[in-house]
Amino acid sequence: MSFSLLTPEFIVERNDERCIRCQVCVRQCANLVHMYDQEEDRIVADDSKCVNCHRCVALCPTRALTIRRNPLEFKENANWTTSAIREIYKQAETGGILLTGMGNDRPYPVYWDHMLLNASQVTNPSIDPLREPMELKTMLGRKPEVLNVEDGKVKEKLPPQLKLEIPVMFSAMSFGSISFNTCQALAMAASEAGVMYNTGEGGLHKDLRKYGKNTIVQVASGRFGVDVDYLQAGAAIEIKIGQGAKPGIGGHLPGEKVMAEISQTRMIPIGSDAISPAPHHDIYSIEDLRQLIYSLKEATDYQKPVSVKIAAVHNVAAICSGIARAGADIIAIDGFRGGTGAAPLRIRDNVGIPIEFALAAVDTRLREEGIRNQVSLVCAGGIRNSADIIKAIALGADAVYIGQAALIAIGCHMCQKCYTGKCNWGIATQDPNLVKRLNPEIAARRLINLLHAWTHEMKEMLGGMGINAIESLKGNRLMLRGIGLTSRELDILGIKAAGE
Amino acid sequence: MATIYARGMHYKDLNEMIKKLVKINEKEIILKNVQGQRYIGDGIQGEYRITIEGTPGNDMAAYMDGPTIIVHGNVQDATANTMNDGEVIVHGNSGDTLGYAMRGGEVYIKGSVGYRVGIHMKEYMNKKPVIVIGGKAGAFLGEYMAGGTIILLGLNAEDPQKMVGSHCGTGMHGGTIYSRLPIDSFKLGKEVMQIPADDNDMESVNIYIMKFCSYFGFDYDSVRDRRFWKIYPYNKRPYKNLYAY
Repeated sequence: MSFSLLTPEFIVERNDERCIRCQVCVRQCANLVHMYDQEEDRIVADDSKCVNCHRCVALCPTRALTIRRNPLEFKENANWTTSAIREIYKQAETGGILLTGMGNDRPYPVYWDHMLLNASQVTNPSIDPLREPMELKTMLGRKPEVLNVEDGKVKEKLPPQLKLEIPVMFSAMSFGSISFNTCQALAMAASEAGVMYNTGEGGLHKDLRKYGKNTIVQVASGRFGVDVDYLQAGAAIEIKIGQGAKPGIGGHLPGEKVMAEISQTRMIPIGSDAISPAPHHDIYSIEDLRQLIYSLKEATDYQKPVSVKIAAVHNVAAICSGIARAGADIIAIDGFRGGTGAAPLRIRDNVGIPIEFALAAVDTRLREEGIRNQVSLVCAGGIRNSADIIKAIALGADAVYIGQAALIAIGCHMCQKCYTGKCNWGIATQDPNLVKRLNPEIAARRLINLLHAWTHEMKEMLGGMGINAIESLKGNRLMLRGIGLTSRELDILGIKAAGE
Repeated sequence: MATIYARGMHYKDLNEMIKKLVKINEKEIILKNVQGQRYIGDGIQGEYRITIEGTPGNDMAAYMDGPTIIVHGNVQDATANTMNDGEVIVHGNSGDTLGYAMRGGEVYIKGSVGYRVGIHMKEYMNKKPVIVIGGKAGAFLGEYMAGGTIILLGLNAEDPQKMVGSHCGTGMHGGTIYSRLPIDSFKLGKEVMQIPADDNDMESVNIYIMKFCSYFGFDYDSVRDRRFWKIYPYNKRPYKNLYAY
């Protein structure tokens, strides 16, 4: 057998004076890094297996462990970086497509960090949200051209709307890519916070049907778990066309993860690969998309808004104009930093465009065409905090999806190894011993805490701008100023430079 | 029995009428002069029968879960899309993507079908979808197929070369295609192999061939005049070795 040229990425450091040989680390690591040597009465580590997920570090009762990046370096080379060399070694050894998890980690500019928010000074008063009412409630769905009111009531029947207490939803993450306990935590948190979570394309587990009012059910090209009952179980239906982490690429849940519960939820046999083709093979045009949208509306008697999720790609504005005209009630745009349970590395790191540009371009285009009222825009892909949300809404979003941020809230450490199924935090795994590490109640509480904290922060930022309803911030790009951007970038974002 | 004259009607109104009839427990619905209205029988559940005279539009019987639809005419694209249960009997031809992601129930087409028929069909527990095609099929028959059975009779094509288009069974990782005539190997996807069907195989498809013959008035013995060919995937995990872990 030939030896591997891949040296360990990380080094496990153990303070032997602190180590009490309790072997918690040995039991906790699904990657089998730690081993107890009975003869020597000490614990040794195989660094090469470590993914730096901090599970052992966090659970070590004597804080004896730390993980460091392996200081071993190749000869300095600006072109042939360590990762460039390592990736070639790996492919030369396996002949396989490189996989990765979570969002694009390359040092592309983060445009949220190049936008600054406004605040009121002298000429208009700021508002203190602690003492004055502040409205974050958001309605997603098609809005009529005009609102005819008679006797204080809206005359026509409004198209179906999704009501959110705050403009934040949990992104589509399928049961399969994440564990049941994670799905349950998201459902519980969405339910308590009055927002939505999204099933992803893995179907809806029977035990989660009770959270239907706060569920968006997804229909993707593989149609896993899709039947009439599923379509009717949620508050809205989302057609998944694309995903920011892998635009133009299908999905593929390997057969070994398709165990009893997943088989039941996806409605496929145990052990069979769940392959989602790259396109929906009944959609080759906007007209075809319209057909799928209306087949879903017909199946649910026009009671539920239909969302269409696409990845942010070069022609996103024209595509979204088509989607709006095809009858979608909501368009979700997923930027190139969007997360994933598994994606080819080259696709994740090289395909798609930043959500900030995509969102601005789409909002501008829909306004220019006079059809912005026909759809709500949901922005996704790398939203990290409440300021990103406020900036997204000022750029033109109605609401945002958070996926990675939600998982970090419940313990994800961004090791990007979701595709191995060995998530030590019980999130991206189907191994029952790992899944049970995540307590759904505690995880839901952490998610609710995060949303509460963000709610307060968003209100503070709004109040500072002298705005008391999120609706007044929507597409209000005067509240943004660019910093460190070219004039072309400022044009596309539709914002002025700081100081202008 | 209730009859609806569909001429000039918008699909939304037509489907609303059908759903209303179903609600009052009507078991036999006849639609006359159907003129391309889409979504007929979309998402309907229960046990009843709809007979269509004319040409229904795209997505007929999509997500359907139980009822029977009989069409005296041709059907267009995406018939039986993600169908869960029930039966579709078409006294004519079908357009493209018939039975896309179909999970259960049976579809009988007297004539020929278009492209990508049975794409991503799947089976689950006691649900095993079946499509029987009397005539010819277009390219990509059974693409990504993950379960269920497609029976291709090729009754109007004694020339096997013209019985099915190219890329038959491409990406197939479950289920079986039975063909009355052998399919040229250059038309088969690399994921499948073709062997003569054995007695057990024939036993499993006889019932569907019998039903096909009785629905459309074919002579069973002349349809079952030879041993069929069986097309099935080499393995359930075609992409197992694609990735570097």
